Amino acid sequence: MSVPTATSAPVRPATSPPASGAAVSLRGITRRFGHKWALRGIELDVALGDLVVIQGHNGGGKSTLLRVIATAVHPTAGTGHVFGLDLRRDAAAIRESAALLGSNNGLYEDLSARENLQFAARMLGVADARTAIAAALEHVGLTSESDERVRFYSSGMQRRLALARLMLREPRLLLLDEPFNALDADGAELVNALIASTRGRGGAVLIVLHDDARLTQRPTASYTMTQGRLT
Amino acid sequence: MTARAFPQKITPAPHAFLLSSWHILGLIAPVALIAAQAFGVLLSPPDRDMGHLQKIMYVHVPAAWNAFIAFFIVFVASVRYLWTKDEHHDLLAAAAAEAGAVLTALTLMLGSIWGRPTWGVWWTWDARLTSTAVLLMIFASYHALRAFTEDPERRARWSAAVGIFGALNVPIVYMSVRWWRTIHQVQSSPSTVDPAYAWGLRLNAIAVLLLLIYFVAKRYEIARIERLVEVHRDEAALRSEVAHA
Amino acid sequence: MSAMAAWSRVRAIAAKDLVAERRAKANVVAVTAFGALTLLVFGFAVGPDTATLRATAAGILWLAVLFSGVLVFHRSYQLELEGGALETLLLYPGERWEIFAGKLLANLCVILLVEVVVIPLSLVLYSVAVPDTWPALLSVVLFGTIGFVTLGTFYAAMASRSRSRDVLLPLLLFPMLVPVLLAASEGSAALLVGDPMGDAGTWLRLLVVFDVIFVLASLFVFEHIIEA
Repeated sequence: MSVPTATSAPVRPATSPPASGAAVSLRGITRRFGHKWALRGIELDVALGDLVVIQGHNGGGKSTLLRVIATAVHPTAGTGHVFGLDLRRDAAAIRESAALLGSNNGLYEDLSARENLQFAARMLGVADARTAIAAALEHVGLTSESDERVRFYSSGMQRRLALARLMLREPRLLLLDEPFNALDADGAELVNALIASTRGRGGAVLIVLHDDARLTQRPTASYTMTQGRLT
Repeated sequence: MTARAFPQKITPAPHAFLLSSWHILGLIAPVALIAAQAFGVLLSPPDRDMGHLQKIMYVHVPAAWNAFIAFFIVFVASVRYLWTKDEHHDLLAAAAAEAGAVLTALTLMLGSIWGRPTWGVWWTWDARLTSTAVLLMIFASYHALRAFTEDPERRARWSAAVGIFGALNVPIVYMSVRWWRTIHQVQSSPSTVDPAYAWGLRLNAIAVLLLLIYFVAKRYEIARIERLVEVHRDEAALRSEVAHA
Repeated sequence: MSAMAAWSRVRAIAAKDLVAERRAKANVVAVTAFGALTLLVFGFAVGPDTATLRATAAGILWLAVLFSGVLVFHRSYQLELEGGALETLLLYPGERWEIFAGKLLANLCVILLVEVVVIPLSLVLYSVAVPDTWPALLSVVLFGTIGFVTLGTFYAAMASRSRSRDVLLPLLLFPMLVPVLLAASEGSAALLVGDPMGDAGTWLRLLVVFDVIFVLASLFVFEHIIEA
């Protein structure tokens, strides 16, 4: 029985090696979940200092793309590099310099804000945890409620706590998935400040948005994601 | 650097002659089984104590041995899957697990049928039978897990873990049940291997092994084709979208 | 990754799980109550004859631990699934086995806590006197519990994220626990009457071997099942 050999989604051959000074470099990244192709042959380059915006409707695969770059999810096919590190082989090393703020906040609801940050600090190996935590809480304006359980926080406060977690160290690649959700004007300002400071340090920011009205900086590049394809 | 795609290239059988050789096995195995059974039933003498009933051993014991062989295949295929992430190993493990489950169930039923006239009870907690019952439960849980897991990659990884752990446990279960019986000084089950039966058992074991290989190979082929169909269907859906985009 | 950093992360995860468990106080209490209930109900099933109760005490005790303990393992992962915390957890530096080790330690503490109530209660309900060999009994309890919690933590990582999680966990777990159940109940039974035949040593050795094999296997294989 001769059947054509099955391949994954159409993949362009990897002709271009990852550019130096590139924060992110993706070639033909594909990801499927069961029957659903979330990402189809993504080609993307993000340089240091860039701010890249990705927009698109729900279910388009935007979140999956961020998660693949963060190494939370590995690609079905294709190759990718973050700071020259391979997505598959060097995932652990990539996690040291990249940080993802997902659409979920990833908080433990029965713990207090402070305890959540303490846990994060210990996991991240933050040097002077106490100072870093206090500074982060101060920055997002949660110092006074920091010992209350996250369960009793509003969604805006939870979002700000997630931002505070990002501030515990200074990632070189910031991946933000709908960061402005549930945030008021002050919260939005925090996000913008975070983006600015990351870029100022020479890092890159990749941000997924529904609409970019609240973004105060001009993006280096803008893409739309439809059904797993980047345009 | 080639990415380990999932699904991988599901290849057709690498060599045409191998494919046809499975078909030949499909003829040889049943013939071998019939011959071996005939040898056992007709040519070997009835057991001193049990009479002709003992001849159920010609199916029961080979089934048991091959059930364990099937589990061994599951173990090796599971380890290879986790090592290489090559989907083919997962399909083989699943095929072997199906055949193994059937053989295990058969072993238990025959053991029970043999036990009723022998000991007067349908079940006895002897080491081999009990370990086989546990093995059946492990197979059952393996299949339940596969049935409840949609995503192929997750299913493959999780099944591999369950297969490996199950296989590691089989000798431990057997030893612990045996000690358990010894400590309670229960009468050990009468020997099922009368020396006169040795040849008959070996022949039947080989015949059942051939049958096992045939079933596993066939099931594996079917699984691969199913996967190929799935992959092609998704490919077609993808291409039609590209065309319309 | 240095060993110190790894151990720090293991401790962080264990501590976080335990704090969360303590905050949701209701859970440990409910599980312990269920353990007690199981003892009671089995007592009804076995009948009031003291000799029978004494003879079956060890076996029933371990069944009570198994049935109530199963309820603990889901919580461990429920915690991570609620706020999408699992993904965040997987993005921290470090190896996957550290997550397993942390959860194992936390679950161990919780189950041991449940046993602190359930075991003495079983001695009372089943009219069993505290034997002189109680230190050996404690080691059987410890190693039996370790085996139980190791496999429970491992399989719950899969079952908790599945459909039909409530039936899948016992279905996966209990066949694997046969050696633990046998060794722990036989060892306990022997020690409860002072271990006249000296059998307990064999059972304890079996438990230790089982624990070593499956702790190692779990540490190795965990990364494959948690990422999927």
